[in-house]
Amino acid sequence: MSTQHFDAIVVGSGISGGWAAKELTEKGLKVLLLERGRNIEHIKDYVNATKETWDYEHRGRPTQEMKEKHPVLQRDFVLNEETQGMWANEQENPYVEKKRFDWYRGYHVGGRSLLWGRQSYRYSKQDFEANLREGVAVDWPIRYEDMAPWYDYVERYAGISGTNEGLEQLPDGQFLPPIELNIVEKDVAARIKKAYGGKRVMINSRTANITQPKPEQGRVNCQYRNKCWLGCPFGAYFSTQSSTLPAAMKTGNLTLRPFSIVSQVLYDKDKKRARGVEVIDAETNQTYEFTANVIFLNASSFNSTWILMNSATDIWPGGLGSSSGELGHNVMDHHFRVGASGVVEGFEDKYYYGRRPAGFYIPRFRNLGDEKRNYLRGFGYQGSASREGWDRNVAELGIGAGLKNALAEPGAWTVGMTAFGEILPHHDNRIYLDRNVKDKWGLPVLAMDVELRDNELAMRKDMLQDAVDMLEAAGLKNVKGSDWGYAPGMGIHEMGTARMGRDPKTSVLNGFNQVWDAPNVFVTDGAAMTSASCVNPSLTYMALTARAADYAVKELKKGNLK
Amino acid sequence: MNRRELLALITAATGTAMIGSTALLGGCATTASAPAKFSAENIALLDEIAETILPRTETPGAKDAKVGQFMSVYVTDCYTLDERAIFHKGLLSLEAQCNKTYGRGFMALQPAERTAFISQLDQEARTTVAGGGVHYFTMIKQLTLFGFFTSEVGGTQVLRHMPIPGRYDGALAYKPGDRAWATR
Repeated sequence: MSTQHFDAIVVGSGISGGWAAKELTEKGLKVLLLERGRNIEHIKDYVNATKETWDYEHRGRPTQEMKEKHPVLQRDFVLNEETQGMWANEQENPYVEKKRFDWYRGYHVGGRSLLWGRQSYRYSKQDFEANLREGVAVDWPIRYEDMAPWYDYVERYAGISGTNEGLEQLPDGQFLPPIELNIVEKDVAARIKKAYGGKRVMINSRTANITQPKPEQGRVNCQYRNKCWLGCPFGAYFSTQSSTLPAAMKTGNLTLRPFSIVSQVLYDKDKKRARGVEVIDAETNQTYEFTANVIFLNASSFNSTWILMNSATDIWPGGLGSSSGELGHNVMDHHFRVGASGVVEGFEDKYYYGRRPAGFYIPRFRNLGDEKRNYLRGFGYQGSASREGWDRNVAELGIGAGLKNALAEPGAWTVGMTAFGEILPHHDNRIYLDRNVKDKWGLPVLAMDVELRDNELAMRKDMLQDAVDMLEAAGLKNVKGSDWGYAPGMGIHEMGTARMGRDPKTSVLNGFNQVWDAPNVFVTDGAAMTSASCVNPSLTYMALTARAADYAVKELKKGNLK
Repeated sequence: MNRRELLALITAATGTAMIGSTALLGGCATTASAPAKFSAENIALLDEIAETILPRTETPGAKDAKVGQFMSVYVTDCYTLDERAIFHKGLLSLEAQCNKTYGRGFMALQPAERTAFISQLDQEARTTVAGGGVHYFTMIKQLTLFGFFTSEVGGTQVLRHMPIPGRYDGALAYKPGDRAWATR
């Protein structure tokens, strides 16, 4: 077994791992960035980035063979010909579903930063205070004011387009010019504002697609192709590859090692510090040890926790961080797939040019101020207006030239939107190690035991009805609400399992994301989340990571992490 | 494929969700024995049926987009065994029904006869679907529309496409006759 020493090790190269690598290398640390999957090089390896629908044998649709290989992925849109090969191999990387859990994983350099939805919103003051105020779970150890400068910092670098709206529940930020709403969205927005006296608003989505070039990062502004999930040859959306990895590389301080599965954090019980990590080479099955003064776990919420569960088990049978009794608990996601659509009349002489990678956002409006619904927290809506295409229902046309000519023209303007709701942290929503099931490398796998509870189920009723009401209030026709059903994990926003807190007895991490039992181990991905808010979480992981990296380096210099 | 587009599940002018995207039939697809393969004759027949649904006018039609070939690939690779069996049986049934009505196979029908025959099948399929049933013609029509409008011919010569739009205009002037974008 060979050992190599670094100042810092970052485990995982997705959104938060990329940020950890960038921040730590730029502050002068020699960093080893470990990634369990293959490398994907920016632009060069985006094999489908310039393909059109007709370049795919099945025009993008999944085959039966793909479905058999991906029994989990095939449950949703994520299994398709375009992104095939960008999701974890389910045979090599099984997990146990005590209850159904859709786990969509990106095991490659860049992780899900290549595949993400790019919606980027700040958590608000009330998001950080709600647990305390409502007596839910534990209090966040930080407040919005702690995060605000770091939100500023990551927004400026990542490049978030959007508008400042002065909303308390959705803090303003450092935005590039927004991706425009189209004429129908603007009209519907004005009608909603009027109908609800400004209490409900439809605004530009805030998205990590740049609307102005960032030459210092070698990134070109969005070209409106809406093919982000294939990797952008223009570097127009934030990903590890387009943004943080090149910055880390430029310092000369980064070593990137793909095919490196971290099986455990190596713990020195005398010093009460981690001394490094054990790595299994995914290709050769050889085991390596790498040592470092500080370790950042950014392996994705569940995998960071999985590593902790496998670490220091001679001291704590439940693993490093389990002394709180909370490791693996309090799983959250965003529940969604409920919303409404309707038809807008009066804009038949308007269309649009270009394909946006974004749309509109309706920030949370429930349980604000004095309002008390029969559930806690709230939800926001994401959606867009567009004209129907050839796939619309034109039953009356039958067959022939009339059908073809009709479908060659756009149909009615429709608005569609789906709600994303907050899931409360619940101790019994948990993941745990199932030692009876092993992955390809003989490592025990995770078992999922998560379900929606009364609060979410009550909220879903409002998520449906409010969508219908708002579209009707805006004058839309043929408004239809639907609940397409949700299973935990489908939001691909898995959070919790190693939460931050103020007390080592009830939390895994402190206010700077340090594991209470090993202060030189930082967890800054979704695992750290103490509550979920209803907004998309990735921007918060970025800010938490940059903040923790800054702190880690200061602490290293003070000698506090030795 | 954005999450937003979940709201736009393909109904493809047939009143039912895209077959092959969700299980059409309950239970496992284990009942059917290995289904027939597509012959060159099958593909030629599918081309002619598709052309009757989406004929060449001043713009290209289904045959120009090789829709018959596409259908054979899609059915073989993306349908369940049960769905494939329905499709193949459907082709036999179509020919049988055609012979019964016209005393000839579909390939031997005159253009007007083809239109009349396929229109009738289209009606029949819609009635079946409205009653909660499954009709093979729904499959043929869906795949004709899907195969045609997602083809290069359909997407660029019948619809319009800009590979790199470069900008967004949310209030483009539109007049009847202007073509739809291949992708929304």
